[in-house]
Amino acid sequence: MHPAPSIIAFTTLSGLGFGLMVWLGLGMPGSTGLVAFVFFAIAYALAGGGLIASAFHLGHPERGLLAFTQWRSSWLSREAVLSVATLGVMGVYAIGRIFFAADWVLLGWLGGALALGTVLATSMIYAQMKTVPRWRSPLTPALFLLLSLAGGALLAGQVSWALILLALSAVLQLAWWRQGDHAFAASGTTMASATGLGPIGQVRAFEPPHTGPNYLLREMVHIVGRKHALKLRVIAFGLGYVLPIAFLLAPFSHVMGMLAVISHITGILASRWLFFAEAEHVVGLYYGKR
Amino acid sequence: MTTLPSHTERKLGLVIDLDTCVGCHACVVSCKGWNTENYGAPLSDQDPYGAEPSGTFLNRVHSYEVQPASGAAQLVHFPKSCLHCDNAPCVTVCPTGASYKRQEDGIVLVNEDACIGCGLCAWACPYGAREMDMAAKVMKKCTLCVDRIYNVNLPEEDRVPACVRTCPSNARHFGDLADPNSDVSQLVAARGGMDLMPEQGTAPVNKYLPPRIKDRLDRAEEIDILAPFLEPVTDQPKGFLGWLDKALDRF
Repeated sequence: MHPAPSIIAFTTLSGLGFGLMVWLGLGMPGSTGLVAFVFFAIAYALAGGGLIASAFHLGHPERGLLAFTQWRSSWLSREAVLSVATLGVMGVYAIGRIFFAADWVLLGWLGGALALGTVLATSMIYAQMKTVPRWRSPLTPALFLLLSLAGGALLAGQVSWALILLALSAVLQLAWWRQGDHAFAASGTTMASATGLGPIGQVRAFEPPHTGPNYLLREMVHIVGRKHALKLRVIAFGLGYVLPIAFLLAPFSHVMGMLAVISHITGILASRWLFFAEAEHVVGLYYGKR
Repeated sequence: MTTLPSHTERKLGLVIDLDTCVGCHACVVSCKGWNTENYGAPLSDQDPYGAEPSGTFLNRVHSYEVQPASGAAQLVHFPKSCLHCDNAPCVTVCPTGASYKRQEDGIVLVNEDACIGCGLCAWACPYGAREMDMAAKVMKKCTLCVDRIYNVNLPEEDRVPACVRTCPSNARHFGDLADPNSDVSQLVAARGGMDLMPEQGTAPVNKYLPPRIKDRLDRAEEIDILAPFLEPVTDQPKGFLGWLDKALDRF
């Protein structure tokens, strides 16, 4: 799949922002006043900024309100509804924290649950795609949720939680890569089943429909980016998981915390880039490509 | 509404005969011609006369070489457009309700005025049947020429999809695949019509008729009763080639 920068930025940043909102909703940290304002501002900048970035991906963002209508069937619509609900509920909760030093516990929990729901909906947009075997796994929502919680804990300054969740998500990331590498073969979709010509013999793409490229090839068949996949996996794993854990284990200081956050975000951006670049869409088979 | 209808009264669709398709691309041209000036936004081209021409097509013809375990390879021309699936994954992912499957005839359509151009339906389609138009920024797909098949302003013989009307080798057939007595259903039954990517669970309406075995070079002796007269009369080269053969043998 084509790794669109807008979607990579959106899933990474909004995942972090909504993860931070979960912790803020749980009252961890239970700060008030100006400190609470800074925390909520970061959460809103990340979550809202991510949503705005995703709007750049649309052909007709001016019709965006229609995307709130099909929540019964569409995960993308559910994501839209849940994200706005989260921003609304957490906004009210934030007002209590910032201006009244109040902890409206139930409201915070509701906001946290909605934030998790938003991340789940985002992940299900990918996990539902039968056409992209690498994504179609329960591990995909698990990884998105765990990463969101881990990154959120990191931003919320919950060091011990961040350590546990980062370690867990590192293991899950490895498991996700491992299952993904076998997923296409396991899906059973081949050039033989795509063309129905398998019973006759070995199928080979002889001529593409047109001499030039097309939307399908640009959007679904992204081969160039896979060249350095292994190197990028090492970079993503080191920056996203190993280094932040090392920074957190060092004696606590705000500089170390900052370094852990920057390293984590950079690593997750790299892994999210691979999430798309390495994902193979079955339509490539019609072109003799993966 | 992007939930799928529980059933459709009819299943209008195409039956594509891979045995008779000659790969002339006439269906591609007629499809583009009809659909660029009728239903919805035009099918735009980008850089059409430049170094990297590219454009929106609702129907494309691939060509495959199939090599049996023994014998000659076959070349199969393979037209591919929307299969108007019963269990269309492109419809349910749509966040705006722009994509829908019609209960009355099973045609899958896009309401372009409600399309936000997110491209998710194209991701969900395993067949590559949906293409985003780069000029209009909305999703385009085969409409089964919904503006022809019910169009009483056209002569009756033209009330079929443009691709079917134009096919010079009669490789494309249009009809109701829910009716077991329709011409298309009988064709599917007689020729062993098949689904593409059945494992994807899309339950496509369009069917493909597998090609018959064509070239039998492995059975060349059965080709013609005159074949024995065309046998090589000598296996020994004569003249210059004969001299060269002998000269090389001496080395």
